[in-house]
Amino acid sequence: MSANYEMVVGLEVHVELSTRTKIFCSCSTAFGAEPNTQCCPVCMGFPGTLPVLNRQVVRYAVKAGLAANCQIARYSKQDRKNYFYPDLPKAYQISQFDLPLCEHGWLDITLGETEKRIGITRIHIEEDAGKLIHSDDGRTYCDYNRCGVPLIEIVSEPDIRSAEEAVAYVRKLRAIMLYAGVSDCRMEQGSLRCDVNLSVHKPGTPFGTRTEMKNLNSFQSISRAIEYEYARQVAAIEAGEEIIQETRRFDQATGKTFSMRTKENADDYRYFPDPDLQPIVLDDAKIDELRASIPTLPDERKARYIRDFGLTAYDAELIVAQRETADWFEAAAEATTSPKTAANLMIAEVLKRLSAEEPVIPIAPAHFGRLSDLTAAGKLSSTGAKKLLGLLWEHDDDPDAVAEREELWQLADPAILRPMMAKVIEDNPRIVADYRAGKKKAVQSLVGQAMRATKGRGNPGVMQELLETLLAE
Amino acid sequence: MKLTDMTVSAQASALSSRDISSEELTRAYLAEIDARDTAIGAYLTVTADAAIEQARAIDAARVRGEEPGTLAGIPIGIKDNICTRGVRTTCASRMLENFVPPYDATVMTKLHEAGLVMLGKLNMDEFAMGSTTENSAFQITRNPVCPDRVPGGSSGGSAAAVAAGLAPIALGSDTGGSIRQPAAFCGVVGMKPTYGTVSRYGLIAFASSLDQIGPLGRSVEDISLLLPVIMGHDPLDSTSVKDGYVGSPASYTAGLRGRRIGLPREYFGEGLQPVVRDAVMQTAKVCESLGAEIVELSLPSLTHALPAYYVISSAEASSNLSRFDGVKYGFRAADASDPESLIINSRSEGFGPEVQRRILLGTFALSAGYYDAYYKKAQQVRTLIRQEFDRAFESCDLILSPVAPTTAYKLGEKSENPLEMYMGDVYTVPVNIAGLPALSLPVGADADGLPIGAQLIGPAFSEGVILTAAAHLERALKGAM
Repeated sequence: MSANYEMVVGLEVHVELSTRTKIFCSCSTAFGAEPNTQCCPVCMGFPGTLPVLNRQVVRYAVKAGLAANCQIARYSKQDRKNYFYPDLPKAYQISQFDLPLCEHGWLDITLGETEKRIGITRIHIEEDAGKLIHSDDGRTYCDYNRCGVPLIEIVSEPDIRSAEEAVAYVRKLRAIMLYAGVSDCRMEQGSLRCDVNLSVHKPGTPFGTRTEMKNLNSFQSISRAIEYEYARQVAAIEAGEEIIQETRRFDQATGKTFSMRTKENADDYRYFPDPDLQPIVLDDAKIDELRASIPTLPDERKARYIRDFGLTAYDAELIVAQRETADWFEAAAEATTSPKTAANLMIAEVLKRLSAEEPVIPIAPAHFGRLSDLTAAGKLSSTGAKKLLGLLWEHDDDPDAVAEREELWQLADPAILRPMMAKVIEDNPRIVADYRAGKKKAVQSLVGQAMRATKGRGNPGVMQELLETLLAE
Repeated sequence: MKLTDMTVSAQASALSSRDISSEELTRAYLAEIDARDTAIGAYLTVTADAAIEQARAIDAARVRGEEPGTLAGIPIGIKDNICTRGVRTTCASRMLENFVPPYDATVMTKLHEAGLVMLGKLNMDEFAMGSTTENSAFQITRNPVCPDRVPGGSSGGSAAAVAAGLAPIALGSDTGGSIRQPAAFCGVVGMKPTYGTVSRYGLIAFASSLDQIGPLGRSVEDISLLLPVIMGHDPLDSTSVKDGYVGSPASYTAGLRGRRIGLPREYFGEGLQPVVRDAVMQTAKVCESLGAEIVELSLPSLTHALPAYYVISSAEASSNLSRFDGVKYGFRAADASDPESLIINSRSEGFGPEVQRRILLGTFALSAGYYDAYYKKAQQVRTLIRQEFDRAFESCDLILSPVAPTTAYKLGEKSENPLEMYMGDVYTVPVNIAGLPALSLPVGADADGLPIGAQLIGPAFSEGVILTAAAHLERALKGAM
């Protein structure tokens, strides 16, 4: 039954911009400080204080918009969104209502080998609110450090049809923002947060009523919240219930969503232009300057890797996911005659050693290029390459010197290997018997034994040939 | 001559020549405040110790041979919606009864740099909402000319202090006439500068797009000395203009000769007291006698200015005053059980009835479904009024009008009828809506001796022209009176 229902998802992603100071004052934006040590009369909304827009916020937001293929507004303004909450000191959030900085963008996501374009409705700038800390003593404390930290809100079109697409979209968005250098996108620190709007309908019929799940801060939460909410809505409709437009809270512990409040009772935000701020006016020259400052984006790099290095779309996607690793890979690819080998080693051995937070590779790209050359030329076995990479990771050095010192060179000389293969045959009579009884695959076991005997240095092709020759004698 | 009867420029030259000290001058005003402010009620806070200390510092500087500036050592009173570091700033509201700002408004920094000595903080209508100063949560202020009359408002404390000689000069703020109308009621000079010429940083906002700080004094010359001190670009205020003010008032010596003075028909219609009308028309004649040409003109959209003003100012106020929620500073209701009741109770108990009325009005005007009919329409009216003033200033240099339709009324007379009180702002609000500079000048008195003010309105950044014309007019009127 649920197979008849299609989900329709749109995402609102909040990204904290990496400015050194806040959007309307000069307080630090650094994460993790003691409560209320990074605030001032302006970001705490003291009477008589006024906001002054941090120009860097506009630059970053425009870069984000350009990276997401948006049109940039030549004239845009800031509005007040009015609502009362103890973490919002002015009782209004300065945001953008009807004239956002960026509109009509898109980005392409990859699912397996297929691509899909997701529309981006708009990107606007706004200030973050503070944080309430509910203490064990039963009291609630306010921490205003986060007040006025600059955010962009990126609103997608309702183009997403599955949890996988949603996750792919956020991953791609994150990659683009990292490339553009506008945010560190640390989901666990809340510098990238996602609101999910979801409805279900039968294809060919109008969209259903949507619900919203706010502040999802991991790919897993996004995925689970979508799966759960889709199933809940389908079940409700099948049971003859009506879906209510509302905000629902996703509970990580149970994986369920719970009703928070209905939109009917929700605040009327009474948006109006903030009279304390001037309109934001941008000219073509400024926008072109910002466009020029954006590095080559993942899609373009991916296309080049496929075209020039012969990588699969899947492999290329893995490498371009982070700008630091892609930059490093490109430098290594310059230093090798076999970028394909470099890519394989990168995916198999390098990426797994990296954490998302600190994608720092402690090996010079030139050394990795040389390592790839040695592997491609057969001077290192795959085991040898892996071992050498591990040693370089610990202490980066000239790969040839380390391979020499650690005796990692692949053995391919039949004169050296032949007596060793004879010994393998002698030591493994049962496998030899199997082979001779017609189990030709048993030779693989002997190659395995030979590999062990050569401490991983033997060339498997040469060894197999020698073994087969010796067994045939 | 009493020190407190001297003009500011006379006081300044006596200070400069060290014939008097700032401490003497300051003590003279403090003594006047001590003796007479109980009856008037202009001050909410008197900062006597700090004032004397500051005066001594200026005197010491002069003794050392330094020249700390023309106005150094001159005392001044400050409206209580201008933030003063370490000195409670109440906006005449229970909400901020004990609020002590940890920062100075930019105008205060400028006054300190120029060496002016703050005497204290002056009464006002709560959050500058009102025209009589009766909306103060703490006390009424009486009109020094006639104690059973209102001093006007919202800068009633500022006007009364200057009129009564309890301060030589004062700062007020003007959102819809709050400097000019009390100046007219108390018989002093008050000016609202062009929007953006005086920093609003540290002025507790009523309506951000209309608010402007300005000077009050007993003569045009006195405020001409003060105005340049407080003007100038401020990086802390995004609406502060970079270079607007053209020259100093002294550089305009042309006076009224050859100036075209516009009299807009709409300013002399229904509701204007005949005695006020006659005094303003008489002022026009004096202008003519000084060589000015009188031009009759029309500003048809002015009839919409008052409703547009009340929509825009209340809308902005509803948002500006939302921050007073009992969470961070100011009044907090005692009996709150959760965040929502904390906010509701604090605001219901902390704000007076007029403030609550404006918040409700403004909230309504911005609400979904009403925004277009009220706020948007009001902004369209605002554009029309600006355009009409622009056109008017093609055919004249300055506009002459009444400040208020009546002279000062009795205490309590209009406090039960807010709409009637709002009507009194009809001549002053168009200036704020258009962001223009305007000055209120005493031009006569009614049969009871109550002062009548005339308003000189100029194009944006024409403060120099206005002040020069006003100075000439003032001199001619003094000769006639």
